[in-house]
Amino acid sequence: MEKTLNWREFLITRLVRASGYSAIVFVALIFFFLLREGLPTLGEVPISTLLSLRWYPIENYFGILPLVTGSIMVTLGATMVAVPFGIGTAVYISEIAPRWMREILKPLVELLGGLPSVVLGFLGILVLSPFVRTLLDLPTGLTALTGSLLLGGIAVPTVVSIAEDALDSVPRSYREGAWALGATRWQTIWRVTLPAAKSGVLTAIMLGVGRAIGETMTVMMVTGNAPVLAVTPGSLFSPVRTMTATIAAEMGEVANGSIHYHTLFFIGMVLFIISLAVNVAASSVVFRSKQRAERVLS
Amino acid sequence: MMRRLRLNRHLTERLGFISLTLMAVVTVVPIVAVVIYILSQGLPAISWEFLADFPRDGMRVGGILPAIVGTFYLTIGTAVFSVPLGIAAAIYLSEYAPDNALTRLIRIAIINLAGIPSVVYGLFGLGLFVLFLQFGTSILAASLTLSIMTLPVIISTAEEALRAVPQPFRTVSVSLGGTRWQGIQRIVLPQALPGILTGVILGLERAAGETAPILFTGAAFFLPRLPNSPFDATMALPYHLFVISTQVPEMPPQIQYGTALVLLVFVLGMNLVATTIRSRARARRQW
Repeated sequence: MEKTLNWREFLITRLVRASGYSAIVFVALIFFFLLREGLPTLGEVPISTLLSLRWYPIENYFGILPLVTGSIMVTLGATMVAVPFGIGTAVYISEIAPRWMREILKPLVELLGGLPSVVLGFLGILVLSPFVRTLLDLPTGLTALTGSLLLGGIAVPTVVSIAEDALDSVPRSYREGAWALGATRWQTIWRVTLPAAKSGVLTAIMLGVGRAIGETMTVMMVTGNAPVLAVTPGSLFSPVRTMTATIAAEMGEVANGSIHYHTLFFIGMVLFIISLAVNVAASSVVFRSKQRAERVLS
Repeated sequence: MMRRLRLNRHLTERLGFISLTLMAVVTVVPIVAVVIYILSQGLPAISWEFLADFPRDGMRVGGILPAIVGTFYLTIGTAVFSVPLGIAAAIYLSEYAPDNALTRLIRIAIINLAGIPSVVYGLFGLGLFVLFLQFGTSILAASLTLSIMTLPVIISTAEEALRAVPQPFRTVSVSLGGTRWQGIQRIVLPQALPGILTGVILGLERAAGETAPILFTGAAFFLPRLPNSPFDATMALPYHLFVISTQVPEMPPQIQYGTALVLLVFVLGMNLVATTIRSRARARRQW
């Protein structure tokens, strides 16, 4: 009895530990397969072609710059929507809203996080893009701007939930100290609470941006899918195409192992590295501030 | 002088609060509007035929049964892989993991998994499951891809639920002669169950609504029959909505809105179940 019990315990402990390590294994596997299928591109496509301005795979033009600028343009636009509204909503929920309002707002923002991106893309095509087209008098409503607006909405829940956590974890005594010195609640928010939650708010912004870069279906459906270089502010009002949308739109039609196939994996690899950088940076901010807090406490 | 200064700062506070309130309203109103709009536009399309029939005439007539069944299969398939693995990983992190560099690496890996773009998961699934392991474009390959994507959600919420169980519960179990695993299995897990369940459903909800990861791993444009093995490709609600709103010309809007509604109800239904479990468990908690 005793022996079988120990044996079971041993086995289960091993299994549980292996599951714990699995996350590392999966990240490594993902990176390995992206490298395996993506790196051959560097041998098949000259760097000068890769960094050129034309993406037209049928005739072997594999310039990824238009896609990169498209992604940057749409992401910047989304950031300008998501950061003010996300942080504003987070401050409102954590510092100003009465309790009953909190109970309504928090689940609603969570709900937005749960809406499938394809549903938002669908509404983007049918409702938002005609609106953008008539409002700004454009030839088409499927523009970088339309994508940015929707993408901003998609990034908002990420920003709100993380920023709100950060604001919530600021000790109450900080605020009370400020109030006791005669500061208004508004002054307390700007000069005490937000600065104290700085690292968490920064994390929220970074992860929100990361969410926006990686979003696929919505941008594919509403940005018009035109792989043209987007560097001037004016291209916000014309169709663009992002890296994610290119992969999603073209991978279904390429032959496995072709140059085009490898190049799409190469773009995936670039996206993976971007998201890795964003997330490692975000978590290192969190770790560092935690260490600082521990130093202050001890 | 003093008086004016005070007035100004209170006026600033007033204006500041009003503008923040407005921002919160502007953020939340579109969410409610989206749900109500889809409900109102989609409801007229819902009928028994729409839910239980196959699409016909280039998907412009008939129902969406194969897409509903497909999403159901994919969700179950994802659960089969991600739930045991995710909960076990959460148990490791909350109950066994020492505080060392390796554990920190696991945490960074989980954060990264959560941040990887969904289409990159699709590429990975294509490379590993479809081509390398030769599962083909299938429910199996799509479910595996989705479960790795779901894993970080399940791990982090389950870990939080496990950590919320007070330490004395474990100490008492050990003091009564129980082994570590017995304590976890009989005391900690049951206490944390509602929290874990919430996380699991929220994770699966994400999987059910995703399109990009299944694009090249298991989704079929159109199937005249239901899939009958895990090695078959399948139609799925999100992909079907994508197809009929971008790839099929002259699609009747009613069918589009109907499909969006069914997807929304599927996903929001899961969300509702999850939040209900959470709030009920919180109300009933004795510690």
